[in-house]
Amino acid sequence: MSKNSFKVLRPGINTTFQDLGRDNLYHVGLPFSGAIDKRNFLIANSLVTNREDDAVLEFAYQGPLLEFYGSQISIAITGNVNFKIIKKDTSEIKGECYRTYNLDNKDCLDIISTEKSVYGYLSVKGGFEINKFCNSYSTTVRAEVGPNDGKKIEIGQTIILNAVDSAIEKSLEYLNSKIEFIRVIKGTNFDYFSENSIKDFTSKDFIVSKLTDRMGMRLSGPKIKNLKKTNIKSEGLGKGVIQVPADGDPIVMLSDHGTIGGYPKIAVVISADYDKLAQCPPGEKIKFKIVNLTEAENLYKIYTMETKNIINKIR
Amino acid sequence: MIKNIYNLGDAALYCDFGNTVNKETNLKVINYFNDIRKKNITGIKNIAPSYNKLIIYFDLELTNYKKIKDTVENLDISTFEETKTKVVKIPVCFDDEFALDLERVEKRAGLVKKEIVNQLISQKYFCYMTGFIAGMPFLGDIKEKIRLDRLETPRVKVPKGSVGITEQFCNIYTFESPGGWNIVGNSPKKVFTKDPNKLTLIDPGDEVEFFEISKKEYSKFNEQK
Repeated sequence: MSKNSFKVLRPGINTTFQDLGRDNLYHVGLPFSGAIDKRNFLIANSLVTNREDDAVLEFAYQGPLLEFYGSQISIAITGNVNFKIIKKDTSEIKGECYRTYNLDNKDCLDIISTEKSVYGYLSVKGGFEINKFCNSYSTTVRAEVGPNDGKKIEIGQTIILNAVDSAIEKSLEYLNSKIEFIRVIKGTNFDYFSENSIKDFTSKDFIVSKLTDRMGMRLSGPKIKNLKKTNIKSEGLGKGVIQVPADGDPIVMLSDHGTIGGYPKIAVVISADYDKLAQCPPGEKIKFKIVNLTEAENLYKIYTMETKNIINKIR
Repeated sequence: MIKNIYNLGDAALYCDFGNTVNKETNLKVINYFNDIRKKNITGIKNIAPSYNKLIIYFDLELTNYKKIKDTVENLDISTFEETKTKVVKIPVCFDDEFALDLERVEKRAGLVKKEIVNQLISQKYFCYMTGFIAGMPFLGDIKEKIRLDRLETPRVKVPKGSVGITEQFCNIYTFESPGGWNIVGNSPKKVFTKDPNKLTLIDPGDEVEFFEISKKEYSKFNEQK
């Protein structure tokens, strides 16, 4: 019997295999990568009873159109995603996120778009037949490493699935919420910027620009004025670091960021708010609020507890 | 002992080794990097060494800033082993097809191409750090005569393999990437190998030597292997 597989009829805009990310390689220039929205990644794996570090397919804006070949499998989609299942007899089922669906031979899964958000996740019970690179299933497209030869999913290719014995039915009541502020901690060059600019940074709206991808998010809004110097000696960067180049428009580093940079760091997004920031699509307004380290640590405890509680509600 | 440790966000330590960029400071950073890696400290997820900084990322679910700071501050560094380094030889073709900014360098330096190439290949370079893109080495220091600023407008796409110079440094663009360094040549050598046991040919602390190859040798380079 041949293996279960998807045939890719449409790849989507930026569809890649991701997991929790790849540690310990900053010093060779490889960022963590991994699923951008960790909570939705974890829920996707839990819904289909996978291990929490199994690989999923992450897509952005428009997802893939996949035709399934094989014997029945269970899938789940998380995020805020508009999708449908087209059965072999051409009848259509409108998809709902946060529950499993069973696909039969020659059913099509059409992941149409992410709504008012950027990233969505497709998990398959049993996972995909792919190999880890340096202990991770994450794809870093810019360095051409990870599953699928380090590439995005392409039209016409076949995605092989791991064998599983039985289908399942699981679901969860969950809605992605927005937050009023993206909370940040002062960056290591916070004092480079003018008092007025700091006031602007923490009170005015910034708009997510179109120059946004898995590497970084460019913002536009009030120009942030640098009083000291617009370049620092190149040094390490991390997820959520907000750099301000000479043009005064902040750039937030996202999971595939360049590992070294030379622009002053005004602030760093707290770990608890990273998912929510990265899910803001171009055109969306965001506001920053400064918190201290203790508050950030407590907020992260709450965030992880909430994630666990959500996962525990899966029935 | 690292004196100046701050937090970078809620999940990283920012260790500052001072404002100057030189080999001595950088070797300290590299020694600390190697030492902390060897110690396998619980909760540390990633370490990024650079010219004069060491950023240590940790898992906020397992530990926190205060705990990791205490551990790192109290590291005993008196037992530093001499870091093992090597000399890496990198072939570079300086053909006009690859030397995209040669004219600019000639003008600024007041030298002709042959002189510039000779300046560049006549010494060994120290690798301060690797990164930005996977495997990109930041090498120095180049001869004073050929030092110049970045391009006023960075290129959107610098070709893979490009060898660039700026200020006291030179580098190799291991992947196609945006960038603002002055491009003087191109290397056919795969510096980022993707071999999990040895991801990159050049590690921080290594020495790098360029040698000139002709365009013919360049095009045959990958067939030889």
